[in-house]
Amino acid sequence: MSLIVIKYNAGNIRSVLIALERLGVTAQISDDPGRIRAAEKVIFPGVGEASSAMRYLREKKLDTLIFALKQPVLGICLGLQLMCAHSEEGDTQCLNVFSTRVRRFPPEQKVPHMGWNAIHGLRGPLFKGIPENAWCYFVHSYAAECCAEQTAQTEYIFSFAAALQKDNFFALQFHPEKSGDTGQRILRNFLELPPIQEGWHS
Amino acid sequence: MLTKRIIPCLDIRDGETVKGVRFTEIRRAGDPVELARRYAEAGADELVFLDITATVEKRRTLAELVERIARQINIPFTVGGGIQNEADVARLLDAGADKISINSAAVRDPGLIDAFAARFGSQCIVLAVDCKQEGSLSRVYLDGGRRPSERRTQEWVCEAVQRGAGEILLTSMDHDGTKNGFALEISREISESVSVPLIASGGAGTPQHFIEVFSIGKADAALAASVFHFAEIRIPELKMLLHQQQIPVRLTGKDNTHGSGF
Repeated sequence: MSLIVIKYNAGNIRSVLIALERLGVTAQISDDPGRIRAAEKVIFPGVGEASSAMRYLREKKLDTLIFALKQPVLGICLGLQLMCAHSEEGDTQCLNVFSTRVRRFPPEQKVPHMGWNAIHGLRGPLFKGIPENAWCYFVHSYAAECCAEQTAQTEYIFSFAAALQKDNFFALQFHPEKSGDTGQRILRNFLELPPIQEGWHS
Repeated sequence: MLTKRIIPCLDIRDGETVKGVRFTEIRRAGDPVELARRYAEAGADELVFLDITATVEKRRTLAELVERIARQINIPFTVGGGIQNEADVARLLDAGADKISINSAAVRDPGLIDAFAARFGSQCIVLAVDCKQEGSLSRVYLDGGRRPSERRTQEWVCEAVQRGAGEILLTSMDHDGTKNGFALEISREISESVSVPLIASGGAGTPQHFIEVFSIGKADAALAASVFHFAEIRIPELKMLLHQQQIPVRLTGKDNTHGSGF
């Protein structure tokens, strides 16, 4: 299977690649539009700052490219936030795949939200075989507001969307590559998605 | 609900796990990759690897070991020991480490924290602090606890967080290796004065000590080495006990059924 991890100026993507290798898949890293478009599946990772990441994506014309992809796309962490409409981080207009907005956690408790937390209200093919309130590993200071497109929810300071899905676009706020056996199963579910849209909703 | 983390620490020398008692005498406790895998299976929430000889002998943490660990485990891990510059950080992150920790080098050149945070992000920068009580004053020590610094623990930690440290790993040298419990007072003081998570370290001897460090010490995570390495405390049982005490922890199926020493 051809799997592309989108290369951009956002942090450490090494652990995503290693997690995919543990599942027997060797991913290619690329920012080449042709290769991304031709891939069977695309992963959009990222740790970093939203406005500089968006600036980079626009410069490379990856913003319109990602928005138009037809194959399964998985955003992780900052990847999820950049797929939303807007982020408070740097007051940034994002890719608008999902209509929800990204807010900063108010400093009522420690920020970033770092560690293991439960996901619930699970739906969609990525969570096949995952029990309610499964534990996942989070590290983030901003979070997407709850919305109709969410497929998992988590509570920290406020309730937020821990996962989102719209058509072929999937996104996770937590790090599946670091979320133990639960995360490994979610990644495997993504890798096993059929390439056609009808299959995702079965 | 965000859970409290249990973090086994593996002190590494020459590619093997060791544990110093009060930072001096050293006993062997096994192969780090094997230990890491077994801890992850037993329900450890995170792992920390410290190359304890790196600072003193000017040796760099072995990236190859980090790479082997990354291939074996699917939970987050931090690597520290002897990190001096951005190239050291880049090498470890590229080998698969999720976070790096800096200690003495940051005290000598606090600007390193700003530089690391700007390039790699605060989320992967752990400030490790070895502290020692001198009357009512807590002082920061350098080089694995061998040399006193000019810095007071409280003001140093606050400065480091402002500069971009994403997490604090606070080791009480007075408690480390004693198995008499964590340093609850300084843990609470530091945890309540910074916005980032605090990992308390040094002194774990019984499960009760973990209850105390979370409830009284206000720590977000607790780190220990020998009590886990020598199976004096088993992680599944520890987590069940914490759960029964209404301290939020990540319980997994394996936590309930795992029967080995881990």
